[in-house]
Amino acid sequence: MAAGYNTISLGTGRKEFNPRKARPGLEHYIKEAGQGTLKQIGGADNVDESSIGNFMASRFNKQGHLGAFAPMIDEGLMYKPSIRSEGACASGGLALVTGIKSVLSESSEVVLTLGVEVQNTVKAIYGADVLAGAGWFEKRKQGHAYFFPGQYSARAGAYIEKFGEKTREGFARWFQNAIENARLCDTAQEHHNQSEDLFELGMTKPNGKFFTDHLNIFDCSKVSDGASAIAILSEEGLAKCGVDREDAVEVVGVGQAVGDITKDPEDGTVLDTAAAAITKAFASAGITKDDLATIEVHDCFTIAGVLMTEALGFAGHGKGSEFVAAGNTARDGHIPINTTGGLIGWGHPTGATGVHQAVTIWEQLTGKAGPAQVDIPANRPYGMTINMGGDDKTVVAIIYKRG
Amino acid sequence: MSYIERLNNVSVLGAAGKMGSGILLLTAVEMADQSLKPENKDAKFVLNAIDISWDGLKGLMDYLRVQVTKLAEKKTVMLRQMYADRTDLIENSCIINEYVQDVLRIVRPVTSMDVAYESDLIFEAVNESKSLKVKLFTDIDNNSNKNPWFLTNTSSVPIHEINEAAKLGGRILGFHFYNPPAVQKLVEVIAPEGTLPELKDFSMQYAKNLRKVVVPSNDYAGFIGNGHFMRDALHGIKEVEALSAEHGFAQAVYMINKVSQDFLVRPMGIFQLIDYVGVDVVQFILNVMKPHNPDENLHSELLDNMMTLNVKGGQNSNGSQKDGFLKYEKGRPVAVFSPEVKDYVAFESFAADCDSKLGALPSSAVAWKGVIRMRNKAEVLGGYFTDLASAETMGATLAKKYGVRSNEIGKKLVSDKVALNENDVNVVMMTGFFHAYGPINEYF
Repeated sequence: MAAGYNTISLGTGRKEFNPRKARPGLEHYIKEAGQGTLKQIGGADNVDESSIGNFMASRFNKQGHLGAFAPMIDEGLMYKPSIRSEGACASGGLALVTGIKSVLSESSEVVLTLGVEVQNTVKAIYGADVLAGAGWFEKRKQGHAYFFPGQYSARAGAYIEKFGEKTREGFARWFQNAIENARLCDTAQEHHNQSEDLFELGMTKPNGKFFTDHLNIFDCSKVSDGASAIAILSEEGLAKCGVDREDAVEVVGVGQAVGDITKDPEDGTVLDTAAAAITKAFASAGITKDDLATIEVHDCFTIAGVLMTEALGFAGHGKGSEFVAAGNTARDGHIPINTTGGLIGWGHPTGATGVHQAVTIWEQLTGKAGPAQVDIPANRPYGMTINMGGDDKTVVAIIYKRG
Repeated sequence: MSYIERLNNVSVLGAAGKMGSGILLLTAVEMADQSLKPENKDAKFVLNAIDISWDGLKGLMDYLRVQVTKLAEKKTVMLRQMYADRTDLIENSCIINEYVQDVLRIVRPVTSMDVAYESDLIFEAVNESKSLKVKLFTDIDNNSNKNPWFLTNTSSVPIHEINEAAKLGGRILGFHFYNPPAVQKLVEVIAPEGTLPELKDFSMQYAKNLRKVVVPSNDYAGFIGNGHFMRDALHGIKEVEALSAEHGFAQAVYMINKVSQDFLVRPMGIFQLIDYVGVDVVQFILNVMKPHNPDENLHSELLDNMMTLNVKGGQNSNGSQKDGFLKYEKGRPVAVFSPEVKDYVAFESFAADCDSKLGALPSSAVAWKGVIRMRNKAEVLGGYFTDLASAETMGATLAKKYGVRSNEIGKKLVSDKVALNENDVNVVMMTGFFHAYGPINEYF
């Protein structure tokens, strides 16, 4: 993969965001991200196919049929294959997998892959209904007003009950790391956040009367408008586009897994579908977690981030919170995670997130991450993305190697 | 009659007005919330919105729809529980819409008074005219066989006078909301001797359900809030009259407005506050209070003059500020009315000169907006006012005089037994007028 591009993740937190003024729509984000990548690969004529990830433009923007927006990005994409993939918040990851399969099957040399979501078209209380579509609709009635915060609040409640109240410190540290990293990335939604005591904010007592019983608003990812794009290329495609190997990352492993959307998790303190996808990805790449320099994980909520460290095997069951609270996942820690803020700090334009994660790993492994750059040791030249849809129901894990 | 039974048939008089619409909104929401409880499933709830203006009533229903939607969006977590047994209502949007419909269904907008003859409870928010209130209550009471209770929003007319003139036998209580009722937490409750105990109990329950802060006031014209505000305003006017000769009228108004805002750390200057309430309303309230306070001169020729020149302040129907003593652009004062030239004189032509005459604020000065959120507010204000006390600038001198007078007014409200205690005076000014500190303090 190469030629990554992120738009700004726009929403509350960004100085430019004004809910009362008109804001850019889907077309703007698709065009900006698409053109941002095309510019780096010598233009649309080099592209064989487009793959677009998006969760719910049909409700947020009353727009379906997103694949057909490709030629709007550039006329050079006219009459070429284009497909939109959906897997809730894993839509971006599925768009990547679609592109990877096309290249592996040799039906394309160069796939323009893009993820987009424009969610601020509705107030958050109504957006919650739209996002609830990532779960089984039969469960919506009993669900919380803010459905997914409700689902993950239940996970957080189960984790705290099983492993103790002190585990909340892991959630607060996760939030602190997210904001400190976002401050280093100028496209991040929390880039302008100047709050002083981040850890204390993260420890704010949840209020079940107005939000959820076990999560506060700092535990939650943002509501965002944004898009990300990257090119997926074969060796020939790289050469055709004039992209140096040093400016690209090699996709060395993929793990994709799905769980049963109609069933509740057996154990709320475990992300079993994510664990399955991660295991497959490591096997596919022939590496272990200790070979990784940095990871982008799907921290839709701080509890999800903490549970991911356990699914990855960095901490035993119930020990993820301690692992995080001790600073191991901070940018100067043992395994820097979400180095530009992740979903909580950078933002979560749902359909874009999977592609944004890939762009971030590409930036880190090729030394293009600017102020957010972390050290990529020579003996750990690998990065990983884990993109999750719904309550651990669709997971795409990809492993990349420095070119 | 139980609390719920008392809410079965309610009327609001003056429902389309500034205060009446807020009272109607709060009452409609309270009635709807009660109606959604399983134990009240079969109870009936009717709320008559009575006003002489059809256009006003149309605006009222639009206002209700918008405000109830906003309220519902904030309390969706609770609404999902209230509608838990409605299997047809799944998404937040459906639940919010259903709640708005449930609230609006209770409200009947009408221009004729006779619907009130069926009501057990009447809220009154018409003009501050004792004779009008007495006329309306007499008319309703004579035509009703319900022995209705009356909750009046008067901010100045003694309740016992209305009770006697309308022969209500204690079925009236002063329930004075602050502007705007939907936002302001404060309610002054005035229950003169002879008020039915069950009416007092009902009003406390109602206030609690509305999550209001209740301060009791004794039945003296103006009660606590206006008792302070009117006298505070007259002090400001007197200071302007004293300064005008040397500095000019517009300059004097600018300076006293600035002193009462910036030097005294208040949300707005006294002339901006007079404009906010309305020059006509202030004059009206003074006229009501004056005969009850023969030892004081509760009157202002300047206000009479402004009224004659039709300079009234107040608010437009969309809530924006009308020009009064001050002219406003995008809600901010930019000029002062000069009765001499009968036009506004822009701040920019004299403000710098006036600021220089007033002198700089002490370096420990804080803006109202910042200080009200501070946890160590008392400490910060104490430090500032200590510095102010030793400053010798014109602004500091005027501010100290103003603060001393405000202190006096507060203490007199207690010694005259309008307020039960000093804390009540301070609560009214801090909750109802958003002051950062009460008038009865150690700062002056």
